[in-house]
Amino acid sequence: MTVNLGNIRDNCKAMWRCGLSAGQLKAAITPARLLDETGRLVRGASAPDPEALVEGYRKLVFARRLNEQCGALVRQGRLAVYPSSRGQEACQVACASVLADGDWLFPTYRDTAAIAARGVDPVEVLTLLRGDWHCGYDPNEHKVAPQATPLATQLLHAVGVAHAARLKGEDTVVMALCGDGATSEGDFHEACNFAAVFRAPVVFFVQNNKYAISVPLARQSVAPSLAAKAIGYGMPGVRVDGNDLPALEKVLGEAVARARAGEGPTLVEADTYRIESHTNADDASRYRADDEVTEWLPRDPLLRVRTYLTAVGALDDDREQQITAAAEEMAAAVRAGVGAETVADPEELFTHLYSTPTPQLVEQRAALRAELELEEA
Amino acid sequence: MSAPKMTMAQAINAALRDAIAEDDSVVVFGEDVAQLGGVFRVTDGLHQEFGEGRVFDTPLAESGIVGMAVGMAMNGMRPVVEMQFDAFAYPAFEQIVSHVAKLGNRTRGKVRLPIVIRIPYAGGIGGVEHHCDSSEAYYAHTPGLTVVAPATNADAYGLLRAAIASPDPVVFLEPKKHYFAKEEVDVSVPVPPIGRAVARRQGKDATLIAYGPSVPVALAAAEQAATEGRDLGVIDLRSIVPFDDDTVCAEVRKTGRAVVVAEAPGFASVASEIAARVGERCFHHLEAPVRRVTGFDVPYPPPKLEHHFLPGVDRILDAVDTLQWEDAA
Repeated sequence: MTVNLGNIRDNCKAMWRCGLSAGQLKAAITPARLLDETGRLVRGASAPDPEALVEGYRKLVFARRLNEQCGALVRQGRLAVYPSSRGQEACQVACASVLADGDWLFPTYRDTAAIAARGVDPVEVLTLLRGDWHCGYDPNEHKVAPQATPLATQLLHAVGVAHAARLKGEDTVVMALCGDGATSEGDFHEACNFAAVFRAPVVFFVQNNKYAISVPLARQSVAPSLAAKAIGYGMPGVRVDGNDLPALEKVLGEAVARARAGEGPTLVEADTYRIESHTNADDASRYRADDEVTEWLPRDPLLRVRTYLTAVGALDDDREQQITAAAEEMAAAVRAGVGAETVADPEELFTHLYSTPTPQLVEQRAALRAELELEEA
Repeated sequence: MSAPKMTMAQAINAALRDAIAEDDSVVVFGEDVAQLGGVFRVTDGLHQEFGEGRVFDTPLAESGIVGMAVGMAMNGMRPVVEMQFDAFAYPAFEQIVSHVAKLGNRTRGKVRLPIVIRIPYAGGIGGVEHHCDSSEAYYAHTPGLTVVAPATNADAYGLLRAAIASPDPVVFLEPKKHYFAKEEVDVSVPVPPIGRAVARRQGKDATLIAYGPSVPVALAAAEQAATEGRDLGVIDLRSIVPFDDDTVCAEVRKTGRAVVVAEAPGFASVASEIAARVGERCFHHLEAPVRRVTGFDVPYPPPKLEHHFLPGVDRILDAVDTLQWEDAA
């Protein structure tokens, strides 16, 4: 994306007078980075803790393996569909790892790996895509909202959880995820504005993977960056290399700390790329050239961390093999869990809608039961 | 000693005040509800009494208001939000239909949303476009919502308290033409629960079925009919969802004739649903087809024309006249 800092400065003169600094503008436009595309520490950056980064690497490998496994399960007919986050695994891992236990995560349909990184059993997460029920985990137990299928609507829920926490005097922080396409939705605007007005402890984390199904970023927005939109709401916007795990953890960690300290929301945009099609049901060759994907492959988030860790001597073959073996174990458990035959209870259709079912639902449930008994007889 | 007289706006205000005072998790927010006390003064004085933590203004964005209520309810609060007018609630429609109504079901009951969405609704006040819609069918058609429409000031108090106490989301439709009409309200007398209809008037010849702003119109029609020798009963549904088939059908079976009265356009409406339900359940007791007296299938009219649109006493009595009385002899 071409960025003209000069024009932005002109456009934002009023903001400058309000105290927006050159640094804040730059942060919203130029992606922060700690590891470059060749896996080297960028000049002037302080080195990440190698042990912590090995743990991050382990999570990246898990996330990648989970994406691959889910793709395979779709091909085998075990999952109805899977929106892969391949290429975005650093975002998936970072947004979960910067949260404390009591914090909340608001994921979308593409964030299965992030929910797993938060500690939810992937088999429970995949209940949705296996077609058993709309949400397979207990949101309260894990502080993870159900995966949002409509776009940007969950951002407002995140603001609500955060504002309620603030009213109750709790120091909860809420991580709200969305993609570049969702930034065009009205609820994105309303959520950013509400959060800023109420100084809600929310981190809006936009994974800009450049496509909303087939529609490229250029058709979503001509803003200098998606993070730059934050300026209009009076909150900081930070752009970060979305394939650079340590940079993501640093930027998101700072945003979480800021929210926890009562300083309000931050909008973080990760510059990343959706390597696969929107889902297995989509054919990306109809709207983007293979060359474009090929360009992004060397910027792979796993490769970058592996190269760095190997260079600094924190990752050798043994450790790599241990990590791979553990990821295989996880994948086997996912295969077994998703592959296990489940019986959906037709009467569950009526169980949860109201705390006390309406007389009409009681009647309809009895009618369905009678149908089923006839079938069995 | 008679109970104090209060308007429906005052009754709702009292319900909000009592709920906020009793339960720390109740919060009231929306547009102009704090300092101003709402454009209809329904929240008058609450912000001053309970402070910013309990009663607050939001930015002007209805989806934002309802979406934030979802999150606050997820985090243990009981939000009571105000949509300023019926037609101004439409920006919140996705939040209401896709999340407020469905989150409990989506999470297998792990997350319940005790949210009340208060909507001043319906017409009869000479309001300009977008201020007089009868939008109940949209909500009643959405599984997961409870839809309440009080017709009396005592019900406005009692049903709102029940709505706030409900573990599930409630769309609370306030007939705005009643806001400033005074009635005796004894808040210490409990009203029947949500889901129970009541016969406001017993009648032997035919049953008028109404809710919200149409209840007093139906009662006036019954008064008029009485002077003409017809004894009409009037049922006030009180809640559209849950629908009280038992009470409605019991009354209709007594009379064998029914007219449904509602302001909303009749096509694919709540009135249509009621007519169909009564037809299915009371067929062998009916002396005539169930009639509907509703608004025309047009957008709510400009003030000079609204009296042509609203179901009135004459139109109701004309419908009653068509209920095949000639067969009765």
